[in-house]
Parts: sequence; structure tokens; C-alpha cells
Amino acid sequence: MSTLAHIFEAEGLATIALGSIKNQIETTAPPRGLWCDFPLGRPLGVPGDRDFQHRVLSKALELLDSPEPIFAEYDVAIVDDGTEVLACPMPARYDPDLPPAVDEANGLRPAYERAISEYGNRVGAGRTVQADDIAAAIEAFIRVADGTPWKEAGVPGIPARVSQDIRGYYETAALALSDHAPSAWAGTRWFLDHTEAGKVVMAARQAMADAGEMQPIWFYMAPGDR
Amino acid sequence: MADSDVKAMTANLDAIEFEETAFTVPVPLAEAKVAIVTSASLHHPEDEDFSPMDTGYRVLKSEPRDYVMGHWSPNFDATGFALDINTVFPIDRLDELAAEGIIGSVAEEHLAYAGNQFDLSAIRMDSGPAGAKFLKEQEVDVVLLTPV
Repeated sequence: MSTLAHIFEAEGLATIALGSIKNQIETTAPPRGLWCDFPLGRPLGVPGDRDFQHRVLSKALELLDSPEPIFAEYDVAIVDDGTEVLACPMPARYDPDLPPAVDEANGLRPAYERAISEYGNRVGAGRTVQADDIAAAIEAFIRVADGTPWKEAGVPGIPARVSQDIRGYYETAALALSDHAPSAWAGTRWFLDHTEAGKVVMAARQAMADAGEMQPIWFYMAPGDR
Repeated sequence: MADSDVKAMTANLDAIEFEETAFTVPVPLAEAKVAIVTSASLHHPEDEDFSPMDTGYRVLKSEPRDYVMGHWSPNFDATGFALDINTVFPIDRLDELAAEGIIGSVAEEHLAYAGNQFDLSAIRMDSGPAGAKFLKEQEVDVVLLTPV
């Protein structure tokens, strides 16, 4: 963002750059930078909170009054301490002949469709794997976790993108199952740690790492701190 | 896994440094046309998805607001955007500011880049200036830059 700010200002556009990572926005020093200590992915802070978002924008627009480059810190922080996990009811086991993760994904389909109907498909499946093919993608990762090289396992695309679609499918479905807007990362922690599909993705990622696959192929299947 | 753990991974990334800080004095805010430029890799469903090291940009029309997230990085929360586009792309909020007369107007077209870049030279030399030219041709005065 800061690089674009420098370029745009040089071309005659006034800019205000929001930043969520303090050391990053400080070192890249955009002409007008506002550090907001909010979770990554939520630069305006709180989804669905019009007043909160307006307060952030008001502070950002204030920076235009400065006659020289300026860096400011927003005075409200939203801190994720890593403990909140999305709590939502999971579908009961339906077909015992299917792998648990596949049965689970199939069971979440109605919730996924309800969420798509309400919010649109903003982050769900469809980049590489359509919703109809999520179960097959999970089956491919099960084969990877069991030792099949990923290129021979039927993974329907670059593993990181396939993993992103599975995660997006689950996190979207969860929006329809939860009775409140999840805090940042709560859906990701739920997917990775509390769902069968999340465990499959992590097991496949580990199997690829253990097999000596190139790091970029498996690393981006999950957040980098995992 | 906490947000701070993911942020900490960026601590050792090299930051691009500019020898001079360019600075444009804006027109009065109440007269300014404002655009949003995000590094969230947003695009309309019918537009080309972002590739892993995509240094180009996509044009985001003000309507329809059917934006989808095309980012390749797994290192941010996406549910905020899933619930409310304004969490990343505050287009509804800008409309409200324009209706109140706080800003002059909202651009009809905005831009999205992919933020997960290790080599910024193409953006610095090519797509960044091209994006600025696109916005200038729309008579945009002020750009709000939002990350994910």
C-alpha cells in the first residue's frame, strides 16, 4: 500500500494509507499513514458497524489537513489474543461409508448456500474448486496425507488455492451457523483445529513438507505461523 | 494462532525505501473526488482472477458491488469481508460521506492490486503509474488505500 501511496502522490494524487502492521507502515512511510491496530483482513475494524467505520474514516481524512507528510495512530485497538474460536453446530454424521471430512463437507452444504444467499460469494469456493467439487478436493488431500504425491492425487489445482477454497467454503458456511459475527481469525481457528477438513488440509500440508516438496507449494495451504 | 503471530512474520521483510516523500496538496475535501485503492486482490466475478505474483490491477466499478476476494495469501482473516465489504472496501461509507457533503463525490471506478508481492519493481515502474494515470483520467483527487 505504501509503495502505491508514494507513486500516486508523485503523479498528483493525494493519498491516505491505512496500515494494520505498525512496523511496516512506519518503515515504508507513506505520505499520510494511519496505523490502525486491527486484525489483518479488517482494515476498517468492525464488519457491520457503520459508526465504527465512519470514525476510522474521519480520522483518516483528517490527515489531509496536514501541510506535510504525517503518520498517525488510531486510538482504538482491536486485539485478537488467539483464543476465540467460532462456536457453531456441526452436521451429524450422515454417511458412515464416507471419510469423516467428506461427510462433514457434504453436511455443511445447506449452510453454505444460506450464507451465499445472504452475503454473496465473496470468499467462498470458486477460485479453483467449485462448491460441488469441494468433497472431491478433500478426498484428494486425504490421499496426499496418506502418502500419494500431490501431483498424482488428483488435487484439482495449486494446493494453496485448493486449500483456500476449502477454507472459504467452511468459513462461509459458518456464517450461517453462528448466531453472531465471528471475531477475526475465529473462523480460521475453527476450520483448522475443529473440523475434519481442516485436519485433512494440515495433514496433507505436513505430508508434502515431509516428502520434500518445494516449500511454496505446501506452505501457503495454511497461515504461515502454522 | 493469534493475529500478532501472523503480523510478526512480516518483521524481517525488506521494506522499499523512497529517497524523497512525494506530497500532493489536496483540494478541499468537500470538493474532492475520492477513490479507493485496495491491495486485497478484489475483482468482479466476471473479471480475471489474480495469479500468484500478479502485479497488475483490476478495475472495481461502484456498481454492482459483487466484489470477490482473489488474494492468494492465507495470512489474513477473510470473514470480515465476507460479512461486510466495507470492512475492506468502504464504498458504502464513502457514499454516505458524499451524501452529507463531507467529501465532494465518490469515483465511479476504483482499483485493486495484489498485496502479496515480494518484488515491487513492476508495480513501481509499470502498474503503479498506470493506475495513477487511470485515476487521474477520472479526475480523482484523493485516494484511500486499504490493505488486508
